[in-house]
Amino acid sequence: MTALLDVRDLRTHFKTDDGIVKAVDGVNFAVESGQTVGIVGESGCGKSVTCLTIMGLNEARNTESSGEVLFNGENILDASPGKLRRLRGSEIAMIFQDPMTSLNPVHSIGRQLVETVQLHEDMSKKAARGRAVEALKEVGIPRAETRINDYPHQFSGGMRQRVMIAMAMINDPKLLIADEPTTALDVTTQAQILALMKKLQDEHGTAIVMITHDLGVVAETAHDVVVMYAAKVIEHGSVDSIFKNPHHPYTWGLLGSLPRLHADVERLTQIPGQPPSLLRPPKGCRFNPRCPYVMNICKQKLPELMPVPGEIDHEQACFLDEETKAREIARLKEIVMAETA
Amino acid sequence: MFQYLIRRVLWSVVLFLAVTLVTYVLFFLVPANPARQAAGQSASPERVAEVEEFLGLNDPVYVQYYGFLKRLVIDGSLGQSFVDRSSVNDEIFRAAPITASLVFGAMAMVLAISIPIGILSALRPRSLLDRAAMTYVLIGISLPSFWIALVLSYLIGYRLGWTPIAGYCEVVSVPQAANCGGVLDWAYHMILPWFALAIVQAGVYVRFIRAEVMETMSQDYVRTARAKGAPERTVMKDHILRNALLPVVTILGMDIGLLLGGAIFIETVFGLNGLGGTAIRSIGQFDLPTLQGVVIFGAIAIIIFTLIVDLLYAWIDPRIRLS
Repeated sequence: MTALLDVRDLRTHFKTDDGIVKAVDGVNFAVESGQTVGIVGESGCGKSVTCLTIMGLNEARNTESSGEVLFNGENILDASPGKLRRLRGSEIAMIFQDPMTSLNPVHSIGRQLVETVQLHEDMSKKAARGRAVEALKEVGIPRAETRINDYPHQFSGGMRQRVMIAMAMINDPKLLIADEPTTALDVTTQAQILALMKKLQDEHGTAIVMITHDLGVVAETAHDVVVMYAAKVIEHGSVDSIFKNPHHPYTWGLLGSLPRLHADVERLTQIPGQPPSLLRPPKGCRFNPRCPYVMNICKQKLPELMPVPGEIDHEQACFLDEETKAREIARLKEIVMAETA
Repeated sequence: MFQYLIRRVLWSVVLFLAVTLVTYVLFFLVPANPARQAAGQSASPERVAEVEEFLGLNDPVYVQYYGFLKRLVIDGSLGQSFVDRSSVNDEIFRAAPITASLVFGAMAMVLAISIPIGILSALRPRSLLDRAAMTYVLIGISLPSFWIALVLSYLIGYRLGWTPIAGYCEVVSVPQAANCGGVLDWAYHMILPWFALAIVQAGVYVRFIRAEVMETMSQDYVRTARAKGAPERTVMKDHILRNALLPVVTILGMDIGLLLGGAIFIETVFGLNGLGGTAIRSIGQFDLPTLQGVVIFGAIAIIIFTLIVDLLYAWIDPRIRLS
């Protein structure tokens, strides 16, 4: 089966006054209908830019993109603005991190929903409105018939994100890109929003690209996981292989910094240092300045993504030998087990 | 909403009292005797004292202020000029339409210039057009309005002879003796003053609109609109401008109110006998009632336009209307 979205060697470079920022530097991943791929990484690692590039929403003036974005087998990276515009909101929809600012404050949500329908379908206002009410009901907005006349500021954060989801799903898109959809919400609301997205995915067979820095969200929703670091994919595989057999020290760091309910620890493990500047990334492996296992070769050569021996569809980019890795994975598991015991 | 309205109106009354009181106090701080001015240079001291008595200048300031307020509130009268006993109301009603013609025409021109330039500048920051616009802004803000008015009057009015240099034509109720009248003559005489005032004011507006549009363009909901597949035109019209022009309404209202108190320099250069001229004349003649009349008219104009802006704002911004 060919993937619905197949991103190949995607590169996005921004020209700035200080030089060229390689915000996305050779990213590959694919997602099939009804599946979810999680893109994980710290702030500024290029995960959001990846998605904005897929949508064609980067500022055209200072951006250069290369590679391929195959949607339904067709490369949309070099599609005309008009064609991209028709895809956006109908075939590919997107929801954003901050529901408080993502809706236009001066228009009623009804108007914003109706606009989304009418941009893509020749439909009367009345019919579009009917569909908007249905969409609001589907995402669990109570009294949708009257609330459709309300303005964004009259909704809570969780409700606004539901409205955003309704707006994204109203034209029944094949692909939904969710850019940290739960980051700005409180924990109970997060769980509701994730459950809602899962329900809609099951009913509509939508493919989802879930961008997050929260491995908990990934564990809950994703089938495949792409771990990004400094504009590059450093590990990718099924959610099982990433959680049970993580192969990159950065992934270990992310897993180690995950809060655990029964853990009896003073403070969470953290990855020391900060992500590198994408203007002048470090030579060799980009994680080497922060990596506790750094070797000489890491400072010389950039590791390529290599298949993990004995596993299918699991790749990683680290020079560390398998033996050390196996030992460290076992140790990590032990810590987790001990903490949760 | 209703409470808000009441609060606003009450505030306007307080503001009104404050403005008139300050004008009164300032006037009596000036070490000059209006009575001597009114009585004439060669008047005897007895004559001056008589005039003082007649004008009520011997009463304490608060008595005079009370009398002034009473006249204003009960009779709606601004009193009579110290100089020639003519009705201040009449003088204001004569001068106000001239100033209003100047201000409203100029502000319409300001918007016609600054909205398109501001938007285009914001769309292409650091482009040639943007740099040209910013240079214009700098010039517009730096140059004094009377200088621009004089240059325009000389070049376009005198050298090229395209427009009249000075004068005002009534639109309705044209006096018998007038040699011009009607809408066309009116606009023909006003075009240069409008342009002179607009050039100066538009600089500020271009910069303001550019900044507002640029800020709005980076808002999340604008990205949402693009993600929905809205074409750029729709994004600009429905999502950017609607939000970016909200604050423009505020300063526009305040500026109109402010200018209605008299665009003194422009009026003087173009021989428009509006409120600005009236104000200057009344200061020179220590004619308190007339000056007070202009000040009150200006204050009321500002108060009314701020009120209109606030109500307009509530109407176009649901966040204010519904909270």
